[in-house]
Amino acid sequence: MNIRTTLFRPLLWIVPLVWVLTVWPAAAVEPDEVLDDPVLEARARAISAELRCVVCRNQSIDDSNAPLARDLRILLRERLQAGDTDEEAIAYLVDRYGEYILLKPPFKTATLALWIGPALMLIGAIAGFAMLWRRRAAGPATPPAQTDPQGASPALTDADRALLDRILRQEEAK
Amino acid sequence: MTRRRFLSLVPALVFGAIGVGLVAAPREEAPPTPDALLDRPLPEFSLPGLGADSPGLSSARLKGRVALLHVFASWCGTCRAEHPFLVRLAAETDTPIIGINWKDRAGAALLYLDRGGNPYDATGADPNGTLGARLGVTGVPETYVIDRDGRIRYRHIGPLDDRLWESVLAPLLNKLETGA
Repeated sequence: MNIRTTLFRPLLWIVPLVWVLTVWPAAAVEPDEVLDDPVLEARARAISAELRCVVCRNQSIDDSNAPLARDLRILLRERLQAGDTDEEAIAYLVDRYGEYILLKPPFKTATLALWIGPALMLIGAIAGFAMLWRRRAAGPATPPAQTDPQGASPALTDADRALLDRILRQEEAK
Repeated sequence: MTRRRFLSLVPALVFGAIGVGLVAAPREEAPPTPDALLDRPLPEFSLPGLGADSPGLSSARLKGRVALLHVFASWCGTCRAEHPFLVRLAAETDTPIIGINWKDRAGAALLYLDRGGNPYDATGADPNGTLGARLGVTGVPETYVIDRDGRIRYRHIGPLDDRLWESVLAPLLNKLETGA
């Protein structure tokens, strides 16, 4: 190993590490949108992180720099400035854009499968593995040929053996 | 079939059922929900007109008559394709068509109406999409049917055409106009 690689080797992981630790995902909020009241602004930021930018599928309006996300951020701040509570401001936007705007879907009958489905699948998977492990612990499974209900039929028929012999001979001849 | 065989089929059955469910389930309307503000009053608004000499448009002016509110932009290709239909509609029907020029420059919009014909009885400029955001507009064209009391009775996302006009809009407008 020459001196160059020895010197640079630590940099291979130090540089990405520093980069990852210091670079924070930037929000899309523009300076002219920010409210003068820091408390109101903090509420607006918290709410907008939970609201979907309806034209960009899966980004919050806090993250997205789509023009429509900006409109929604401004609208949300207007509502808060007009004295809406967090719930009222969210309800105002849901009225207009539907529940689709909520990144976290509400818990109700229509979304029941969405909320408990993953848990049910996890339970099912754990139950499946538990059964598998118990069977393993009970001892190795007997070879299939002996569990055959007739008990007499061999694993290979004579025709199978003949075919196998032929193939093996061909291989040897090569 | 042995128990073991059956168990090995369980994952296939589960995922098969999920697949069938996904294909068979009624598809959710494309977001946002078009009936979001249905039967609610149109938000109060006051917009400048297009061009210096136009009177502007306010929600107060719309009260008392059934109207179509059409959100459009000159940069929107679908609006351009829909435009001849609107011009024809304006000539054939008595229902006023109100144009909201969404996220557009007034100059470009005026040129667009000058060249393609102006189907609107009144127009308002919404250059920043402020009214659009309050209506839940995510794109153009969009059309709203407003009743005498200023309530939204129907919302259509996308271009109007003969089929929608004959099957939905004409009967609804007729009902709203003849009803008290």
